[in-house]
Amino acid sequence: MARLTLEKLGKRYGRVQALSDIDLAIETGEFVVFVGPSGCGKSTLLRCIAGLEEISEGELAFDGERVNELTPAERGVAMVFQSYALYPHMTVYENMAFGLRLAKAGKGAVEERVREAARMLQLEPLLDRLPRQLSGGQRQRVAIGRAIVRDPRVFLFDEPLSNLDAALRVQTRIEIAGLHERMAETTMIYVTHDQVEAMTLADRIVVLRDGRVEQVGAPMELYHHPANTFVARFIGSPSMNLLAAEPTDAGVQVKGFAPTPLTAPPGARGLSLGVRPENLRLAEDGETPFYEGDASLVEKLGESQLVYFDMGAEAEPLVARLPGALPAKKGDRMRLATDPEALRLFDDAGQAVRAG
Amino acid sequence: MSDRSTPPRPNLAMRRATRALKTLGFWALVVFVVLFSVFPFYYAILTSLESGSALFEVNYLPTSLDVSNYVSVLTKGPFPLNFLNSVLVAVAVVAISLFLAVTAAFALSRVRFRGRGLLLLTILSVSMFPQIAVLAGLFEMVRAFDLYNSLGSLILSYMIFTLPFTVWVLTTFMRDMPAELEEAAIVDGATPFQIVWKVFLPLLWPAMVTTGLLAFIQAWNEFLFALTFVASNETRTVPVAIAMLSGSSGQEVPWGEIMAASVVVTAPLVVMVLVFQRKIVAGLTAGGVKG
Ligand SMILES: Nc1ncnc2c1ncn2[C@@H]1O[C@H](COP(=O)(O)OP(=O)(O)OP(=O)(O)O)[C@@H](O)[C@H]1O
Ligand SMILES: [Mg+2]
Repeated sequence: MARLTLEKLGKRYGRVQALSDIDLAIETGEFVVFVGPSGCGKSTLLRCIAGLEEISEGELAFDGERVNELTPAERGVAMVFQSYALYPHMTVYENMAFGLRLAKAGKGAVEERVREAARMLQLEPLLDRLPRQLSGGQRQRVAIGRAIVRDPRVFLFDEPLSNLDAALRVQTRIEIAGLHERMAETTMIYVTHDQVEAMTLADRIVVLRDGRVEQVGAPMELYHHPANTFVARFIGSPSMNLLAAEPTDAGVQVKGFAPTPLTAPPGARGLSLGVRPENLRLAEDGETPFYEGDASLVEKLGESQLVYFDMGAEAEPLVARLPGALPAKKGDRMRLATDPEALRLFDDAGQAVRAG
Repeated sequence: MSDRSTPPRPNLAMRRATRALKTLGFWALVVFVVLFSVFPFYYAILTSLESGSALFEVNYLPTSLDVSNYVSVLTKGPFPLNFLNSVLVAVAVVAISLFLAVTAAFALSRVRFRGRGLLLLTILSVSMFPQIAVLAGLFEMVRAFDLYNSLGSLILSYMIFTLPFTVWVLTTFMRDMPAELEEAAIVDGATPFQIVWKVFLPLLWPAMVTTGLLAFIQAWNEFLFALTFVASNETRTVPVAIAMLSGSSGQEVPWGEIMAASVVVTAPLVVMVLVFQRKIVAGLTAGGVKG
């Protein structure tokens, strides 16, 4: 229920600059996911928004109102922690009621809100249990319940699923997506380093790197139009192939590959050509192949398989995702083709070169 | 497989023998330790139940059940009042120490500030001085606060040895509390005081009971300060009162009454330890285990 604006926000720990120049606007009811490699500042940014960390520079506003100096409760945020952080000596009911009681809500109101949240999360039979009598997934739901009952303006999650096993992670992820649908008015911010969580849950993804925003956009926008090589590599699995390319008269060309119809800006040097493994396919008979080479490794994944081609000692191998039914094996000679629309071009600074 | 299915018999017998020997050794050690630590108290009980010349005969089994020593200790003289004084002082010392220690521990473990480690070391080092070394200084303080010959002087001076270890132990325990727990409470809107009171305190109970009990025992048994800062019979605490028990003639040491008084003052401690036993064990081990 709040629109967040971050302006030139920065965070310093002594001499460590954990965040710098974060400019971001998050709309009411939006589900935003922060992703990035470990140590990039996702948690720090979330904690700055929560009010658990002091903001060193810039301004954070909720609905246009500066909140830098407000406590988490005054901001009206609720947070789900990675370790759940349930109060061990309180029952599930008391855990969920704690915040409301501190806020001096009436007894009837507390009861009603807790029961409603418990119903929503199927926690009703567990209300009298202590956290240590719950499974990991149940604890996670209680932590979410504790956040829901306070009807927060902004709902924050810091890697809430990382302590769950794979099956439960999928189930809880779906539950969180459902939660977002039901609480359509509540702004949610979610930190993860799991791409699948980011792609499936987010309205918009914020990719962070070394305390800076690399790109903000809808999941498919990031996937199809990464703003730079960092995002191109980070989103998608396996990551996008990046090949050193040069402009030629026939178009941008990678050494040992067929020329592409892309044109580079005049004087461009140190170009990279990006192509996703899933955009490479076997060339049809008579088609000029984009690349022809011997498979150096084949990984069968079932529905598909990853075929690797050696690109020399320095470069990373080229990866192609081919249909699983294809009888491919190591050493096979293959002819790969791709569609020109799937190719991306990046300049020597790693920035995307648009529509060349 | 085959050689494992036919275990050599003598080996098994020998293993049994060593195990029996080990059990025997263990229990022998237990008996020795119990005898060693309980005997003085046992002997005090024995003596307290004897009177007259029986006192001076050495015996290890009860010969008489004479409660006259107890009756005289509890009825004549200021002893009941002394007992009450002791209770008052010890309870006040425990309550004030724990309150100050919990609040100090919160600051020392959860609030980042300059010189925190140094402060913690200073607090601990206070407890390293022998009592006699601080006696004169404390006496001046007691006089300055106008507490001479009052129970307040004892409550004040006992803090000097109860606070360092209560602060230290509780700080260690509080430092082990997960930071996210505190942050969850902050997000829930709790003030620092509410965090201490409603989140940390319930989790610190075992540690508080243990340190509180140790503080109680120290305050209860303290002798030197009690002898120095209090002069009149009515404000004395039990350890001094016992030492000052005198017989009908100045020459005679009333051993029977002294022993009866000792048993009376020890009993509450024993009862308390038994009552809180489980908490104490939990308190001694809880720090190492993540909840
Ligand atoms: N209290 C602190 N004091 C000093 N530096 C800190 C502190 N907290 C975080 N940092 C630094 O800030 C940077 C960002 O940390 P942060 O915890 O936000 O990373 P993250 O993106 O959440 O990583 P992860 O995925 O591993 O959780 C790191 O370089 C970290 O070392
Ligand atoms: Mg983190």
